[in-house]
Amino acid sequence: MTKLDSKIPEGPLDKKWSNYKANQNLVNPANKRKLDIIVVGTGLAGASAAASLAEMGFKVKSFCYQDSPRRAHSIAAQGGINAAKNYPNDGDSVYRLFYDTIKGGDYRSREANVYRLAEVSNQIIDQCVAQGVPFAREYGGTLANRSFGGALVSRTFYARGQTGQQLLLGAYQAQSRQIKQGNIEMYPRMEMMNLVIIDGKARGIIARDVITGELKRFSAHSVVLATGGYGNVFFLSTMAMGSNVSAAWQSYKKGAAFGNPCFVQIHPTCIPVHGEYQSKLTLMSESLRNDGRIWVPKHKEDAERIRKGEITAGDLPEEGRDYYLERRYPAFGNLVPRDVASRAAKERCDAGFGVGNTGLAVYLDFKDSIERLGKDTIEAKYGNLFQMYEKITDENPYETPMMIYPAIHYAMGGLWVDYELQTTIPGLFATGEANFSDHGANRLGASALMQGLADGYFVLPYTIQNYLAHEINTPRFSTDTPEFDAAEKETSEQLISLMNIKGTKSVDTFHKKLGKIMWEYVGMARNMEGLKTAIEEIRELRKDFYANLRIPGELNDLNPELQKATRLADFLELGELMAMDALNREESCGGHFREEYQTGEGEALRDDKQYNYVAAWTFSGEGKAPEMIREALVFEEIEVKQRNYK
Amino acid sequence: MDLKLKIWRQKNASERGRFVNYKISNISPDSSFLEMLDVLNEELISFGEEPVVFDHDCREGICGTCGMYINGRPHGPDELITACQLHMRKFRDGETIVIEPWRARAFPVIKDLMVDRSAFDELMQDSGYVSVNTGNAPDANTIPVQKEQADLSMDAATCIGCGACVAACKNASAMLFVSAKVSHLALLPQGRVEAKKRAALMVAKMDALGFGNCTNTGACEAECPKGIKLTNIARLNREYYKASIF
Repeated sequence: MTKLDSKIPEGPLDKKWSNYKANQNLVNPANKRKLDIIVVGTGLAGASAAASLAEMGFKVKSFCYQDSPRRAHSIAAQGGINAAKNYPNDGDSVYRLFYDTIKGGDYRSREANVYRLAEVSNQIIDQCVAQGVPFAREYGGTLANRSFGGALVSRTFYARGQTGQQLLLGAYQAQSRQIKQGNIEMYPRMEMMNLVIIDGKARGIIARDVITGELKRFSAHSVVLATGGYGNVFFLSTMAMGSNVSAAWQSYKKGAAFGNPCFVQIHPTCIPVHGEYQSKLTLMSESLRNDGRIWVPKHKEDAERIRKGEITAGDLPEEGRDYYLERRYPAFGNLVPRDVASRAAKERCDAGFGVGNTGLAVYLDFKDSIERLGKDTIEAKYGNLFQMYEKITDENPYETPMMIYPAIHYAMGGLWVDYELQTTIPGLFATGEANFSDHGANRLGASALMQGLADGYFVLPYTIQNYLAHEINTPRFSTDTPEFDAAEKETSEQLISLMNIKGTKSVDTFHKKLGKIMWEYVGMARNMEGLKTAIEEIRELRKDFYANLRIPGELNDLNPELQKATRLADFLELGELMAMDALNREESCGGHFREEYQTGEGEALRDDKQYNYVAAWTFSGEGKAPEMIREALVFEEIEVKQRNYK
Repeated sequence: MDLKLKIWRQKNASERGRFVNYKISNISPDSSFLEMLDVLNEELISFGEEPVVFDHDCREGICGTCGMYINGRPHGPDELITACQLHMRKFRDGETIVIEPWRARAFPVIKDLMVDRSAFDELMQDSGYVSVNTGNAPDANTIPVQKEQADLSMDAATCIGCGACVAACKNASAMLFVSAKVSHLALLPQGRVEAKKRAALMVAKMDALGFGNCTNTGACEAECPKGIKLTNIARLNREYYKASIF
């Protein structure tokens, strides 16, 4: 049985990370050159880790499925990145950032990890500015800040509505410099298919060359997965089309525990679904809630007339509008955390107050802000978002309120890692969204960029040395071993069997069906009966997939349908595990809302006596029920209580 | 909407390509251009044919992966957006739409509408960065930066590396792409230190990779989905002259 050791260092909370660094093993410069590290993924967590490790002197092999490392989906993050700089002098501190993140995560994350995250947050901003990230500035030349959900201070740094893009380009540029210097070998359009384990340690990967279809072998002393989140299990999400769980899932099937798979974030402000042909959902940054007010009509009859197109939002007088977030949560108002805002929108729409022709939308209105600050100020802050909205919906948000609805956005769950970001497989590390570690049951806005870069620039480059220090006597080794033979054969047989199904239905047909099951039963509101139905339906769908899938084209060629099929095969298994995890967790917390467990006012009702743990699932073999291991969460610093944003 | 499509099909880099005609019906005007291609591909798969290969990923106009000529214009008829954000309401019912890959010597076709833009990565590897290691940074507010400079830098930094500028240019020049990076970094004190060297190296690399020269036609600026301005090229030229004279 797999044992979980979170390896949290001794000592008081604010000294743990410095104690760790003071006592950990390091690798000397001459030995660093002899050690290879594979980094899969080139988003914020992957690119920053690859660059930092290469700068230190390690030899890095970096992989991405995209045509260039610059395209990883971190690039789409809009609003900003948190740090405890307290530049606005509004009372922020490392402790407050730590506290807000634990509370925002509904007390389901590790104190030590989150404290470290808050501690290194300030260094991230320094590093990014040094790289030339053009953050927004005040007229005096200092850095500007804005507010995000779940915080009473302004601690978010931003570059217009394209913060993720600018941070990623910073990391990509640092990585490019190391590629030029020969410290990173870059493999774009190369998709990890399998993990190779030798003598119990992660020693390499099997990757498929997307252009030629060829399977290739890569060896290393350690493997880092920075492969992002699994939101695409829902088909419609704010993820990129290619974002997938396969690297993490294949590692799970090789023995890595998967933590809290049912914790996914549903982002409250996305452009609503408008048709069956739709391929993805577009986010409208949370930063918009700084200046936009969310409302629905106060009277059902008005909502009905709006849905029928008889009147528009502008026809409703002030007293006919229900600013429901401001009404329910006067202290945080429109800036409540994402899970709270999403559920409140669903509640209003389910009660019949939704707008748009489907009734599944609420208004995000900038009228008051435009009157108060002027159109130019709003345009300077959010221009690119307003333009994006207009291009997609054909409506001008300066004149009519935006319509928004919650959508799948981020996976708090992921590969279980200890304090060193190491999975349960020695030598296999997971960083960024791919791991489960820092956000508990709900992530606060502008914290994903912070975590990705914290892991990649400032945490993993240290902690991985504690492992690699024991590997200095392992010489570089060839991929000509029975373990590589077996892993390649396994992958090759999977690909051939998918090609040989020769059925009648396309990959997307199945993916859309899976998405509907997940959204209906494992989405914003879950219950026991629905989750059981989901598990049954997913099993049926998986049978159908392996009996009736059609992949045109060749095995050994550029074949996007085959790529999609291998990813979906893994989603079809992950979806079931998510439902099982959600079924097991008989409480509501953060993004996981079980209808059976709510307060009289409809707020999430945690059960700290029974469920104050991380659920880490381990693979027991095909067709067998996975095993669940508990990592108890211990809160020494923070008093655990019901979240209150009122 | 019912549409006729004329799409460039090419099996691989070495074989000759050709236009193939397709008919497609019942397309919603609210769907995006790539969603229209998804519908076509689903139909092709149902007939057992190979779908049209095209690059795409984020589908929200920021990753820079998608890119194709649509009716003779990079990213199609709408202004300031990528192909993934182009919506079918911009076309007429019954219209014939011609779809081709980027055409430039430095961007060889891989298959159908997919091209190889790794030359852009190689350009960036030739000093498209600030040479600073992780952990060396002073406090972020140590050096104040004029807001106007920071804003201009940000304007240049919004380049998504899609390649539309190269595809639009009759010389297939990468001047707008290079100038955006040179400007983004030269306008900030942190990037200023290496500005001259950066300009000289990136221009030399651009020539070596087979991109053409700039003749100030301005097609790149007109077609750039992110509105990167020609003034960046003027700034690049200034940095380049400084590098060659001083």
